[in-house]
Amino acid sequence: MLERGFRWLCASAVWLPIALLAVLLTDVVVEGVGRLDWAFITSFPSRKPEQAGVWPALVGSVYLVSLTALIALPIGVGAAIYLEEYGERRLLGSIIEVNIANLAGVPSVIYGLLGLQLFARVLGMGRSLIAGALTMALLVSPIVIMAAREALRSVPQSVRETGVALGATRWQVIRQVVLPMALPGILTGAILAVARALGEAAPLLVLGALAFVSFVPDGLDAPFTVLPIQIFNWVSRPDQAFASNAAAAIVVLLLVLLVLNSLAIVLRDWSSRRRGDS
Amino acid sequence: MSVLRKLGVRPGSLVMAVTAALTAAPTLAGCSSSQGRENLDKLVAVDGSSTVYPISEAVAEEFQRRHAARVTIGVSGTGGGFKKFCAGETAITGASRPITAVEIAACERGGVEFIELPVAYDGIAVAVHPANDWARVMTVAELARLWEPGAQGKIVKWSQIRAGWPELDVHLFGPGVDSGTYDYFTQAVVGRAHASRGDFTSSENDHVLVQGVVNDRLGLGFFGYAYYAAHQDELALVQIDDGDAQNGAGPIAPSPATIADGSYSPLTRPVFIYVSVAAAKREAVADFVEFYLARGGQLATEVGYVPLPEPVYARARERFAARTTGSMFEGGALLGTPSVLSTLAGFAVDQPFEGGS
Amino acid sequence: MGARRPSSRRLVEHALELGLLACGLVTVLTTVGILYVLGSETAAFFAEVSFAEFFGARHWTPLFADPQFGIRPLIAGTFLTSAIAIAVALPLGLLAAIYLAEFASPGLRRVLKPTLEILAGIPTIVFGYFALVFLTPLLQRVVPGLAGFNALSPGIVMGIMIVPMIASLSEDAIRAVPRSLREAAWGLGAGEAQTIFRVVLPAAYSGIAASIVLAVSRAIGETMIVTIAAGQRPWLTLDPRVPIETMTAYIIQIALGDVPADTLAHRTIFAVGTTLFVLTFVTNLIAQRLTRRFREGGYE
Repeated sequence: MLERGFRWLCASAVWLPIALLAVLLTDVVVEGVGRLDWAFITSFPSRKPEQAGVWPALVGSVYLVSLTALIALPIGVGAAIYLEEYGERRLLGSIIEVNIANLAGVPSVIYGLLGLQLFARVLGMGRSLIAGALTMALLVSPIVIMAAREALRSVPQSVRETGVALGATRWQVIRQVVLPMALPGILTGAILAVARALGEAAPLLVLGALAFVSFVPDGLDAPFTVLPIQIFNWVSRPDQAFASNAAAAIVVLLLVLLVLNSLAIVLRDWSSRRRGDS
Repeated sequence: MSVLRKLGVRPGSLVMAVTAALTAAPTLAGCSSSQGRENLDKLVAVDGSSTVYPISEAVAEEFQRRHAARVTIGVSGTGGGFKKFCAGETAITGASRPITAVEIAACERGGVEFIELPVAYDGIAVAVHPANDWARVMTVAELARLWEPGAQGKIVKWSQIRAGWPELDVHLFGPGVDSGTYDYFTQAVVGRAHASRGDFTSSENDHVLVQGVVNDRLGLGFFGYAYYAAHQDELALVQIDDGDAQNGAGPIAPSPATIADGSYSPLTRPVFIYVSVAAAKREAVADFVEFYLARGGQLATEVGYVPLPEPVYARARERFAARTTGSMFEGGALLGTPSVLSTLAGFAVDQPFEGGS
Repeated sequence: MGARRPSSRRLVEHALELGLLACGLVTVLTTVGILYVLGSETAAFFAEVSFAEFFGARHWTPLFADPQFGIRPLIAGTFLTSAIAIAVALPLGLLAAIYLAEFASPGLRRVLKPTLEILAGIPTIVFGYFALVFLTPLLQRVVPGLAGFNALSPGIVMGIMIVPMIASLSEDAIRAVPRSLREAAWGLGAGEAQTIFRVVLPAAYSGIAASIVLAVSRAIGETMIVTIAAGQRPWLTLDPRVPIETMTAYIIQIALGDVPADTLAHRTIFAVGTTLFVLTFVTNLIAQRLTRRFREGGYE
């Protein structure tokens, strides 16, 4: 009897957070869906809540996250290749590994401080799109590196040995054989990094975000805003109408994340099926 | 994925194509250098007071409907706004108090000449939660006892402000030190600008302050009257008694009427925009300021402010047209209601100031 | 085997390897960058403010006339919200881990685990919105004297957010305990709950402890939930019903305001940032040690 009670207790411990998640999502959707329409997505922020929209924030998010991926992917994959293919028994390799483990645990707001001081001030980029992208790239690199390493590790050693035996150089083996096989895993890592970058507000707030951005960023040095910051602005206003706007913007953000994560799952499935064949 | 392979597309190249397209977009949009210069020309950078922000926001919205300029508005606070303004980073800065001597010197050092333009009246409202039925009238002396530097850590319960009030904690909300509202309030209430206790919820974002009091039965906060007006169903006003029968005896609550005639004392003040002469050379900035002075009064009413008398606006327009520089307020030395308001009255020579004396 | 290759080929190979090394070194440079940025500004800060004041003073009022630089109120704020978060996440996470490891069928586990992971993937701004707009008004009906900004609401929400972390890592640790241990216990007549609490959990201790310490680190570093819902009032208290301010929220507050750079007031964000960094670094280090012990097998 006690056993049954204990089992039930454990089960409820799993279901309680899930139930709260459902409540949270329901609340947000109910609050926001009424506000969500094409006009909301394509309008600019306004003092009148019913006219306000997320367009600059949405475009800013897309630009920022694309730039972040463009910077973080080559660096992250490069680092992963080095660690897996070249650096296994070397001192530099272990130093890099330790660094990645530590960086993954640093609060995102600290990256904001780094970006503020290094990119915005010392390098003179100011509160611009490129400064934001560089900061976010540093934040998500550990994710890319860890996922890429997993992907590279999943490529059987025999493949590499065959390549070398056929006379190819290390790099040729990597580029023409290993990387294509690891690509789905790498893409999964890219998508996870992008999803993370999309949801972050803290480092960008530290870097500097404008309260009223009425245009779409038009260059790397332009000021910008992103969806999470727009949500933050609206949540900070006590009007109930702005709370609805915030909820609607959250729905937009969650939908984009849902699409991205589903893509990652599809890719993961496809890659494991592919590995099953070879 | 097999579909893509049938089309002869390899995933790698697809990824590259997509990323190329996504990154080409921003660079194409702002591509050539001439386009960049044009964009810079049409950029009107506004910053400064969170009190002036709603007016500037309304003006900017209407302005951008009619003109091809782009207006950005930051909310760094009056002090923070001046720092950027005197460094040449912004074209226009909003201020809820006159510029101080220190800031005038900073502008001189930065080579920035400014044009001082009043745009509206504002009252600083002291508000509590509707369930707070004891603190609906306060004297300036009581406010001082609550907010002065010595109160930090000591005056923490309502009963310490006035005997007979409940033995409950008081949770204070107020603007941060970069705020002109903060400067004006401390000068008017405590007697010295920038002098207050530090253990309260401070935010440059007045919305956060309103949110704080609306949700806290034990809260008391001060912020611009417009922010109260936007939430009057969720807040209760504290009537202020300044002990001076000359400008209205007894406790007075802020309202468009009492603000306009100066009887809501000492917490009524004009708010300003300061325009950089150098920036005003650009058509976009000049157009924006002229639009501000033409429509600002009406838009101010829409967002809960009290417009200045029309002759004052007319004089402000003349002042801008003549690009007259310098401040009327002796570097902030005249901070404190009666002298600020009467100086403004003297500004509009044709129209004597009603009320206040 | 060495097939002879032209030296140009070898040069290219070498250059590529160096290029890849450079990519790896970016992470090292990031760490160096963080340490340098935090360190230099913090050193400049402590040139003007004594350690005694920073750690001893009871008020944090760096921007006001007569500024005081005691970090205790901020640490108290961080501690309060984190403690509430762990108080929520620990029992829920541990019991959930036990359920997933011991009681759930493989099919159910395949569904429940990813669902819990969704919690971990939701942006924290959404949780912040939820804490302020939904949970605080709800709690105000139940908890007497709960202010609009308080430590309780964001603490609870943070706890829920952290549950997957504790659950997932603890589950791994529990499942790694060899079956033989359990069978020995059953053989001696122990019931399920007894076996779990007296035998399995102690055996899985390192892994579970690692997950808790990681969760603590996560809670300390959390920014958006507390910035939105906990308030901006540095206040040395253990009362979860009143407005407070955490270290992370303070950094955001100053960043959103406009304190000019190179002033003492601006440097406070780096001093606070360094404190935050040291705290999370130490907790992460402890977690790594515990994880290593778990991986090497802390049980017979």
